[in-house]
Amino acid sequence: MQDSTSTIEQFATQDYKFGFVTDIEQDNIPPGLSEDVVRLISAKKGEPEWLLDWRLRAYRHWLTMEEPRWANIHHAPIDYQSIIYFAAPKAGPKSLDEVDPEILKTYEKLGIPLHEREILAGVAVDAVFDSVSVATTFKAKLADMGIIFSSFSEAVREHPELVKKYLGSVVPYTDNFYATLNSAVFSDGSFVYIPKGVRCPMELSTYFRINAKNSGQFERTLIVADEGAHVSYLEGCTAPMRDENQLHAAVVELVALDNATIKYSTVQNWYPGDENGKGGIYNFVTKRGKCEGRASKISWTQVETGSAITWKYPSVILKGDDSIGEFYSVALTKGWQQADTGTKMIHIGKNTKSNIVSKGISAGHGQNTYRGSVRILKGADGARNYSQCDSMLIGQDCGAHTFPYIDVQNPTAQMEHEATTSKIGEDQIFYCNQRGISTEDAVSMIVNGFCKEVFRELPMEFAVEAQKLLAVNLEGSVG
Amino acid sequence: MLQIKNLHVSVEGNEILRGIDLEVPTGAVHAIMGPNGSGKSTLARVLAGQEAYEVTAGEVIFDGKNLLEMDPEERAREGVFMAFQYPVEIPGVSNTYFLKAALNAVRKHRGLPEIDAMEFLTLVRQKMKLVQMDESLLHRPVNEGFSGGEKKRNEIFHMAVLEPRLAVLDETDSGLDIDALRIVADGVNVLRAVDRSFLLITHYQRLLNYIVPDQVHVLLDGRIVRSGGKELALELEEKGYAWLEEAAAQPVGA
Repeated sequence: MQDSTSTIEQFATQDYKFGFVTDIEQDNIPPGLSEDVVRLISAKKGEPEWLLDWRLRAYRHWLTMEEPRWANIHHAPIDYQSIIYFAAPKAGPKSLDEVDPEILKTYEKLGIPLHEREILAGVAVDAVFDSVSVATTFKAKLADMGIIFSSFSEAVREHPELVKKYLGSVVPYTDNFYATLNSAVFSDGSFVYIPKGVRCPMELSTYFRINAKNSGQFERTLIVADEGAHVSYLEGCTAPMRDENQLHAAVVELVALDNATIKYSTVQNWYPGDENGKGGIYNFVTKRGKCEGRASKISWTQVETGSAITWKYPSVILKGDDSIGEFYSVALTKGWQQADTGTKMIHIGKNTKSNIVSKGISAGHGQNTYRGSVRILKGADGARNYSQCDSMLIGQDCGAHTFPYIDVQNPTAQMEHEATTSKIGEDQIFYCNQRGISTEDAVSMIVNGFCKEVFRELPMEFAVEAQKLLAVNLEGSVG
Repeated sequence: MLQIKNLHVSVEGNEILRGIDLEVPTGAVHAIMGPNGSGKSTLARVLAGQEAYEVTAGEVIFDGKNLLEMDPEERAREGVFMAFQYPVEIPGVSNTYFLKAALNAVRKHRGLPEIDAMEFLTLVRQKMKLVQMDESLLHRPVNEGFSGGEKKRNEIFHMAVLEPRLAVLDETDSGLDIDALRIVADGVNVLRAVDRSFLLITHYQRLLNYIVPDQVHVLLDGRIVRSGGKELALELEEKGYAWLEEAAAQPVGA
């Protein structure tokens, strides 16, 4: 009995496998935030006046805001003046050949596909290394179809009309503390535009990685699927080991016009902090999609295993009639990790449907909170929602919490909510052991079984990666 | 195959087994009978390696190896199988997936390559017939929503696939109606083999109408108080355990 308990506790104590720091020169600006810093960021990126104005409006608004306190998370106050708001590798490379070999090595270590074999694998990568995109592949091929897949900065230069039209249209710069901060200081990110009727022939993927010491990372991603377009976007990340907490406040905006579909999948494995809860990434992210057109569909799938704190609610505004919003989530907290995550589904259009499947796994001292809001507005005749929130506990010291908010203003709505809490029991482990299965494999098998409904929503390769990631994270947990 | 010598076992400071001596030869079927609380199930769980049980004295030798030194999974891979009295449910993990992982763990231990999917399917189909198990149970999560009878049958099915050297059946007959009992017993009977031993733990004699044991041992208050042939079970059926309790209360040699 005691053995199992102590081995379960090893969950909290295993090493982060992607902790290394790349030694390259950084073009940093001094720490701190002011209007001048916002101007400097904009100037360094050679941005047009309208974008600088937008940043400044955001910054001024941010000054009037306070950090949200409602989440079920605890951390020391963040000193926003000690954060470096811009870090970029020196000298922007024009092609892969010009990319700093150290950076390429880092990608190598992370197993990010950037060469010929990736063409075979069908993955196009817009890799973000700290703040500036260093390489974009497959662009020519995609461009033939009219697809734009580029860094955010490049999109600002090449397609200002599209950026101007959609930037902030889903997450306005006044939205929330972290999103507003991001709007003022966002460094770079990805931009995707799929033209009318085009089905993107490959999974688009971006690997984010935080590397520069003390630099908060403020990604901005904007994906627009025009009428009848179809795109699947993958985002995955790991980060090197750190002592200081690093703030990550990204914003992702998705826009789906008539009959368009956007599928956005995330595997997040940032440094969670050490066994005493020291260090680790603060992942305060605003992700939201808007089903603008009729019969459009936005689907979020996330596997969150990293970060010290996760504060994240990928949401869908179901504006178009017959539009569909989906949220599939696996969140694993172990050690001292905290996650407050979930979704918002806002039904505006008629016959809109939303589907929520959330799987929270807590081990060690991990605290896992599902927070979801489903709103059916007055005009949303025939709206339907199905929510399922399952929690799994491993060990004695962890916690699972569920906060579902439901607001129905239309009597024709149909709502279903199911929730379960389970434990990996000693008796289950023993049963597996008795059949020859090691405790480690047993835990991994049970957890993967628990997450099955979410994993099957992931693109094939990602599903395999996610399962591996869970297994790696569960290694040494028990046995 | 199995030698138990002077085995003493405690749970939370209470001594449950007070010196068990038992030898099960290769290919033999032995039954352990006894009233509730006599320590029958404790014996089964100690053999399987459940942690809550503390061995305070004695030894257990399995195939010449010290069984008590091994982890539960190691014992299983060495060929010790326990059919659980209350098989647990494992939601989300299909019975086939589970069994394949188990079989491969055992095979790996024996230096055999992993079984491929087609081979496994063939094997599983064949074993299913053996224990008359419905194919639908194969694809459902392990024991989830199974009836009591289905759970017990699933245990026998696992046993058929894993082909253990020693099978310990912990009150497999409890809670079964007569038809289910017969199916389980038939499953055990077809798995009887010259190189496989069984330890049947049961409260009632009726299981032994279907699985005829080579030896019957009566466990009372943590000790084996009587051993005999299959007719001992019938005697118990007739007289109950009380007369043995009285006999056990007599000083040894009296």
